Amino acid sequence: MESEFILKVTNLNVRLDHQSIIENLSLKVKKGEVLTILGPNGAGKSVLLKTLLGLFPYKGEIEWAKAIKIGYVPQRLPFIKDIPLSIKDFFNLKGSHEKETEAILNSVGFKEDFSRKKIGDLSSGQFQRVLIAWGLVGNPQVLLFDEPMTGVDISAEETIYNLLLVTHDLSVVYKFSTDVICLNRQPICYGPPQEVLTLESLQRLYGGEVRYYQHKH
Amino acid sequence: METQFLLSFIVGIVVGGVAGFLGSLMLGRRMALAAGPLGHLTLPGIALALMYGFDVSLGAFPFVILGIVLIWLFEMRTKLPMEALTALVFASGVAIAFLLLPVKQAEAALVGDITKVRFGEAVISVCVALLLFFVVKNIYSKIVLINISEELAKSERVNIRKYNLIYLGSIAIIVALGVKMVGGLLTAALVAIPASSARNLSRNLAQYSFGAMIIGIISSSMGILVYKITGFPAGPLIILASTFIFLISMVFKR
Repeated sequence: MESEFILKVTNLNVRLDHQSIIENLSLKVKKGEVLTILGPNGAGKSVLLKTLLGLFPYKGEIEWAKAIKIGYVPQRLPFIKDIPLSIKDFFNLKGSHEKETEAILNSVGFKEDFSRKKIGDLSSGQFQRVLIAWGLVGNPQVLLFDEPMTGVDISAEETIYNLLLVTHDLSVVYKFSTDVICLNRQPICYGPPQEVLTLESLQRLYGGEVRYYQHKH
Repeated sequence: METQFLLSFIVGIVVGGVAGFLGSLMLGRRMALAAGPLGHLTLPGIALALMYGFDVSLGAFPFVILGIVLIWLFEMRTKLPMEALTALVFASGVAIAFLLLPVKQAEAALVGDITKVRFGEAVISVCVALLLFFVVKNIYSKIVLINISEELAKSERVNIRKYNLIYLGSIAIIVALGVKMVGGLLTAALVAIPASSARNLSRNLAQYSFGAMIIGIISSSMGILVYKITGFPAGPLIILASTFIFLISMVFKR
């Protein structure tokens, strides 16, 4: 693989429970790029992220750059109420030491001492932010975000991360991404958002009922 | 102090402590329920051991393995609720114990008897329990992560099959050790109650896991001491001591 690519996917096909979820998908992500995956519910966006992580079987090729560190932020987790787990404990599970934990929590806007809170006592918004912070442990070069909450600032210009974002929020696409892939089982469009997000491609993606808007930058 | 009492006491606190520690993992996965049928299933094994005079834990162990296969079949394959298995195995286990054994021995199978533990048995039980403690301590954080989300664990490259296998193996061993102490009927309580009390009292994982261990140790010592004073069977006393601590923990719940 050419060195500038961090991810190259060729002819990806995913079938789960005898159902085709993703068909003939190819994409490339270069260093420093932000790729958003846009599509309606059930389009296979989350499945794509998880397949890239190696959680599902697939046909085709997925090539990550060598020795790349990946951080994954799931869409949601069952709330952890069965056992008393502090935020610090939760980060320990990933091998993060106290200093790293504090630093990362700080960077997503939590104050000191927050790490002693029990996960079960957090609001769902706080929990979402903790999950994002968890994805940052170990300094990953690539972050895979499944539907980051709007309002959480993950401004790509300020970070050194490669991002793969799953979203159905068009404003997220325009704000962050260098490339967008429209997915509804099959790839419908792929390229820089200003070029490929046309009325026609969005209608094909969402089935006609689209109020189209484009951000002028 | 007599040697026999000291032997029982040492086995009691070591096995009780490790059972509490491992139990804190099982509560997280709702596996505490599974310890019930596992304990009950050991009854035929205990009956055999008592009839032919070999170590109770040794007799129990193959039946625990059978139990784990059964649980695996029930939970993973048929999706029947664990309660169904509990009912089935509980009844058959008790029936077999009473069918095969004279009442006195049936009692030992059902509620255990740690007060006659022999020196060799004691040494082996303590060594196995201590070894188990280090194994569980090593897999602890991985199992917690798997309990939270298998997908998250997989994305962290945790070998789920491997850790689950070690985890189930550990449960099998602690049940086999536990039946010697509190019998086939009460083993589930040995793992579940200390963890429940610790959960009430703790705010983080270290307090919780080591708290469960300490509560396990205290319950066992209390139970065996009260046996020494009153002469009631030690197994039920250990469990009642544990329940007593649980009730107190409810008052101080955090």
